[in-house]
Amino acid sequence: MHLKKFGFLGRVASFLVLALWTSLASAGGLNGVGLKVGMVLDKGGKDDKSFNASAYSGANRAKDELKIQYKYVEATDDNAFEPLLRSFAQKDFDLIIGVGFAQAEAMAKVSKAFPNKLFAIVDSDVKGANVRSLMFEEHEGSFLMGAVAALKSKSGKIGFIGGMAIPLIKRFEMGFEAGVKHVNPKATVTSNFVGVTADSWNNPPKAKELALGQFNNGVDVIFQAAGASGSGVFDAAEEKKKFAIGVDSNQNWMKPGVILTSMMKRVDISVYETIKEVAAARNAEGKLPADFNKTFAGLKRFGLKNSGVDYALDSHNQKEMSADVKKKIDDLKGQITSGKIKVPDFYTAKAGKK
Amino acid sequence: MASLKIWLIRLRPIIAALLGLSLGIGITALAGESPAHVVAVLVKSALGSPYDLGMTLFYTTPLVFTGLSVAMAFQCGLFNIGAEGQLAMGALWAAVLGIVMPGLPGFVAPVFAVLACILGGAAWGAIPGWLRAKRGSHEVINTIMMNFVSAGVCSYVTLYVFRNTEGQNPETLPIAAAYQLSQFSSFGGAPVSWALILAVLVWAGCIVFLRKTRLGFQLMSVGENESAAEASGISSPKMRILAMAIAGGLAGLVGVGEVLGNAHKFKMGFSADFGFIGIAVALLARGRPEGVLPSAFLFGALHKGTADLDFETTHVTRELALILQALVILSVSADGLWDWMNRIGVKKRTGKAAS
Repeated sequence: MHLKKFGFLGRVASFLVLALWTSLASAGGLNGVGLKVGMVLDKGGKDDKSFNASAYSGANRAKDELKIQYKYVEATDDNAFEPLLRSFAQKDFDLIIGVGFAQAEAMAKVSKAFPNKLFAIVDSDVKGANVRSLMFEEHEGSFLMGAVAALKSKSGKIGFIGGMAIPLIKRFEMGFEAGVKHVNPKATVTSNFVGVTADSWNNPPKAKELALGQFNNGVDVIFQAAGASGSGVFDAAEEKKKFAIGVDSNQNWMKPGVILTSMMKRVDISVYETIKEVAAARNAEGKLPADFNKTFAGLKRFGLKNSGVDYALDSHNQKEMSADVKKKIDDLKGQITSGKIKVPDFYTAKAGKK
Repeated sequence: MASLKIWLIRLRPIIAALLGLSLGIGITALAGESPAHVVAVLVKSALGSPYDLGMTLFYTTPLVFTGLSVAMAFQCGLFNIGAEGQLAMGALWAAVLGIVMPGLPGFVAPVFAVLACILGGAAWGAIPGWLRAKRGSHEVINTIMMNFVSAGVCSYVTLYVFRNTEGQNPETLPIAAAYQLSQFSSFGGAPVSWALILAVLVWAGCIVFLRKTRLGFQLMSVGENESAAEASGISSPKMRILAMAIAGGLAGLVGVGEVLGNAHKFKMGFSADFGFIGIAVALLARGRPEGVLPSAFLFGALHKGTADLDFETTHVTRELALILQALVILSVSADGLWDWMNRIGVKKRTGKAAS
């Protein structure tokens, strides 16, 4: 017994020694030139076909095109964000990107503790001298979706299905409704939400049930902002021969002929551009200019103006988005970007109302 | 010689657990990763710095409570799969108390909040206990269904009653400052609070209750043999309800570390399946509260340690935690199997061998 125990301990010890060497060796390799970017994904993970996936692909593009070094982690729970962000910051990562509003608090804390590192957060506004916040004007894109829905609807009854009744989704809803009313003041919008738990973003059967209910009540176009649950809405639309509108990524390909268009939220572009800016500012020794934080930090908004949100047009929805529909939508888009149309924003409207 | 044998038997779960761990880490070689490197990452990420150790202890705390919850129910012959719902109710009660009664003085506020955690969880646990005792409907079904009801209640209260409109997250308003437990400063900012000390005390309390008090004995008797217990005048329905209420109250204490010690509010979905990992913790402890503390520490360390795998290795991801958990539990239960085979093969049994 004693011998066996020593044997095991001995093995552990030799493991540790070996590990030390291997980690030293690998660290030596990683210290080479090039920017080091770490990314902490939300719990959905890189395969959520939604915003995590988009952030992941943006960083991958930066890796391919800009030759940066890049690592990502997926959080296990809400309390894991802080240690993960810290781990990146403690290592020699230059830029740390957090994806999703759930890590706002952790980002605020960690960015303060590591003033020499750069941080960026998607979907939240975190203040800090070294933090860039990447926010999207979802209401602008949703407004266009509302216009498309109102133009294509025959019944004048339009549906909205959100994942959960959180402010972000309310913002989609409010912009969407404004778009519908802008085109057809008499049209009505029916809203439903998939659920109240995190499971709501991944519950296609429930979303389908809600969509079928709306279609049975005369609704003929539904805009969904429900993450992975959205595919249930598409199924229902196909079954009932009605229309649906996709969200976040270009989802037109999922059901051509059923999906009118998709509201794209270009998280990938925002992530890529952020990395690119940092990479471009570095000199040959990999040093950033002393006042770089000033240009880097702050809130960056991605809206219709800089194609941060947009509608998707491709071979799959050419027939549905006929030339005159497209013309009207592009016209509205121009009016929003020029400031002629003010799309109501739930974030700012909320403060006045409640 | 005899004492060595007894020690061997006592150490067997630990040896089995180590075997399971080594097996799991060995698997990483198949994925093309050096097992030594994986071990180094795991150890460093779980224990490498005061902050890392703090995070491990932070994750250990809820697992002690849920592990005890499941183990105490086991002792009464009940399988509590409802710790996830019970812990949410406990946390919710504490948060609601902290929001609606902000004026409570600083020294009683945390005590009341801890009681709220216990009561919230206990009430939620007692319902399936009552259904089992009086109506005969199985607690496995009821506790798991109560998890969904709990999630519904929690989200209603969070989203429509005490909604924090400041942020995006589905969470309640913050609790008053008097309720907030201070965090220990020696862990580099990791949210380790008095909840950890409470967990150890409660763990000891559970053992004393079970092994040294009459009520604890009655509870175990029902678990060992219901009809024998009934014959000696113990009311099994009463014990069942009590056991489930205790289990629920223990799970509810998870709220102490989370709501009072860390987030200072109720965040929907704050639990990383602690209620379910608690089942694994209790299984590794072989259903006995004594083993829950080390077992919870192991699972806490795994939870923290595997988080860093994603960026420290190229082929192995944090899902390794699941493989390790599974193999550890498997090898520990296989150890029990060995026991059983010994018993039926060799008709020689000592009092200790059956344990």
